[in-house]
Amino acid sequence: MLPMFDGIDWLGVFFYILSAVIVVSALLVVFSKNIVHSVLWLVISFIAVAGIFITLNADFLALIQVMVYAGAICIMVVLGIMLIKRDDMNKTNMFNSQLYFGGAVALMVTFLTGFASYKINYSGNPPMVPENSVESIATLLLSKYVIPFEVVALLLTVTLVGAIYIAREVKADADS
Amino acid sequence: MPTPSITLEHYLILGAVLFGIGLFGVLTKKNAIAVLISIELMLCAVNINLLAFNKYITPEAFIGQIFAIFVITVAAAEVGVGLAIIIAIYRNRLNINLEDFDWLKW
Repeated sequence: MLPMFDGIDWLGVFFYILSAVIVVSALLVVFSKNIVHSVLWLVISFIAVAGIFITLNADFLALIQVMVYAGAICIMVVLGIMLIKRDDMNKTNMFNSQLYFGGAVALMVTFLTGFASYKINYSGNPPMVPENSVESIATLLLSKYVIPFEVVALLLTVTLVGAIYIAREVKADADS
Repeated sequence: MPTPSITLEHYLILGAVLFGIGLFGVLTKKNAIAVLISIELMLCAVNINLLAFNKYITPEAFIGQIFAIFVITVAAAEVGVGLAIIIAIYRNRLNINLEDFDWLKW
């Protein structure tokens, strides 16, 4: 937990600033008309989420968030956009025909889950967070959770091979 | 230590709002890549919830952080395969509008 010095609740200040950045950039991800701009706002949103992770005492996860999400995934999505030809980039991210229905469903889910979250009445101070979270995660990941760890490694290998197989170039005279 | 102003509810409401924005994008976007990045927003909201529960309920066990690592890994795998599928479909159809993907209708 961040200390409260100078009489200012720095945790609250950081939380509200980062939340505003996250929500505004996520709305811009959805509402931009150009999909490249959407991905750039997605990077901003992911970096702000990494800041939220830091306020949650998850330094290692914040690092992973910046490296994997803001770095790798967004670059991969931009490369995927570049491989898909478009005549007009300003119309690449339009809404489909169920805009109002989808908006109503999303608003309903947001209000239901938000209201349920507001009503949980969590009380009291959070328990003390242990220091050296990276060491604890490393020990747990290679002892108690070693089977899921290996399964995830296998999943990544299968994904690599599968993505190459699916996206490989097909000869024009080979199909049909 | 005084009671902090930010509690578990704040993080859960932030996660709910972010999840709702991602769900809105998934339901209403035309472009398949836009749907993929909206799914990424939803997974981010899930990670915020996992880490908030990890901090406020069981900080000793680190279950939330370890599951967040797995969620991030699976999200990376999902984006890789999803983009490969979109590129393959684009190569066949020259189009990534999700409303035109209707081969399974008949």
